[in-house]
Amino acid sequence: MKKRSRRKAALSLLILSLCLLLAVTLAGVLLRDAAMETDFARKNLPPSLRYPFGTDWMGRDLFVRTLCGLSMSIQIGIITASVSAVIAFLLGSAAALLGRGADAAVSWLIDLMMGIPHILLLILVSFACGKGFWGVVIGVTLSHWMSLSRVIRGEVLQLRESGYVQVAQKLGMGRGYILRRHMVPHLFPQFMVGLVLLFPHAILHEASVTFLGFGLSPEQPAIGVILSEGMKYLIMGQWWLAVFPGLALVLVVLLFDLVGSTLRKLLDPASIHE
Amino acid sequence: MKRNLLFLSKNLLKMALLLLCVSMVAFFLVSVSPINPLQANVGQTALGSMSPEQIQKLEEYWGVGQPPVERYLAWAGDVLRGDMGTSLIYRQSVASVIGQRLQNSLWLLVIAWALSGTIGFFLGAVAGANRGGIWDRLIKSYSLITASTPAFWLALLLLLFFSVWLKVLPIGLSVPIGMEASAVTLLDRVRHAILPALTLAITGVSSVALHTREKMIDVMESDYALFARARGDSNWRILRRHGLRNVLLPALTLQFASVGEIIGGSVLIEQVFSYPGLGQAAVAAGLGGDVPLLMGVTLVCAGLVFLGNLAANLLYGVVDPRMKGRESP
Repeated sequence: MKKRSRRKAALSLLILSLCLLLAVTLAGVLLRDAAMETDFARKNLPPSLRYPFGTDWMGRDLFVRTLCGLSMSIQIGIITASVSAVIAFLLGSAAALLGRGADAAVSWLIDLMMGIPHILLLILVSFACGKGFWGVVIGVTLSHWMSLSRVIRGEVLQLRESGYVQVAQKLGMGRGYILRRHMVPHLFPQFMVGLVLLFPHAILHEASVTFLGFGLSPEQPAIGVILSEGMKYLIMGQWWLAVFPGLALVLVVLLFDLVGSTLRKLLDPASIHE
Repeated sequence: MKRNLLFLSKNLLKMALLLLCVSMVAFFLVSVSPINPLQANVGQTALGSMSPEQIQKLEEYWGVGQPPVERYLAWAGDVLRGDMGTSLIYRQSVASVIGQRLQNSLWLLVIAWALSGTIGFFLGAVAGANRGGIWDRLIKSYSLITASTPAFWLALLLLLFFSVWLKVLPIGLSVPIGMEASAVTLLDRVRHAILPALTLAITGVSSVALHTREKMIDVMESDYALFARARGDSNWRILRRHGLRNVLLPALTLQFASVGEIIGGSVLIEQVFSYPGLGQAAVAAGLGGDVPLLMGVTLVCAGLVFLGNLAANLLYGVVDPRMKGRESP
């Protein structure tokens, strides 16, 4: 009985984390106007029960702004991680299935993209797109597919050599059939886990590039904007401007990591006995 | 010997080709940019009050309106001749700006790289050898948390703690403010580099640590480790004789291959500490539309990353005879 309950516990943990993330996303969308609201009667307040994260020099509620920023980060994360994972899947399977030329081309592309440090690539892409929202989205999408595509390539290569695929081929099954019955059921969980685990990186890079001034525009309550503005006030002792928004970001990233690793455990057939 | 040379030259050739492609991609990206360097640097109001001749002169200076392929060829030709152009915001040759910045950044990078490699390897080895124990769990959580922490936020926290609260370390820059260059002592420089290097090292630990841990677990579960245990060897002896030797090489390779991450991190951290390094120059160039400098920094960074990869490949080739003459995996 105990064994089954461990999988159940993992499942409830997964659902709980997803609900929490969903709640943050929705709250951020709903509180968007409140995040912009300035009120100079309440500026520079340290954290209190009324304003859990304190307020900034323009009297904006930092808790609401943080929620809003997290929500934007998560939404950008959803777009970029999904597109990036699809690119990884296409290129990875192309490298594995379309012969040596395609393989060499994809691995060359990976080497090329890995040669420019992530942040620098993000700066360049954002520069090319004239900064702003699309600069971040395209930059993060283009710079995150490499490692997952290597994993997918390895998996497909291994699958192609596996006994059951070979047998199916010898039995005269069509390519479509093999793809549908043997490849997809095996690759889909890998793909999903890879997608979820792209989230933390995507969110961190979005925040970083915004922090540098290349990402979302300064009027937006993004985490990177909040932190880079707050940096100027640190020396005056307003520690809460930097501590809480960053902490909240770390928690969200950890939560996504938890979702990814729990999902992996649940989808791994070997863990059925746990 | 001949095979070694062949291996080396093949790798060097690949590196040069990759560098060429990086420069093309980077040039393509900066040339499609809709950012008008005149507006970014001169300002809209100032532009409005200028005569057309003045504007034309400035446009010539910032290279507005030339076709990109022509500009790329001219630029690449100059670079091959050793001239990387003139930085538009610093008004010095790009080579000298990068030279200065690289000096500041390089020892930061080297210290952080060496520290994170050593600490990460040590932590990973301890965690892997005591799998499931309290140390393993602590080290694993530490790695997970640092991997999820944005480097610039950690930098802000350290700055807040050491410079604002304790007031023991300087707030930023690489030398004291308002001091003559000749009066700056080595101690000053070290004091200014402690926090940036520390931040970089802390964030760099996790990947080496996790990787080493996996490898160490593999070794400890291997037949020869089992045999050593049956022979009565102590845990420490197995670790020293079998574990470390087998784990050191992959860890070293990974560390060389992760040069790019350290450089990426340094861009963010230099920004927080206003440390006048290469990363800060990249940010300033990007924000100010300084295309020659941005291209130069990209090229130098990519060169460093490829050198790291080359070192990793060579290391594998030298130490592991099976890898010689074969393509890297």
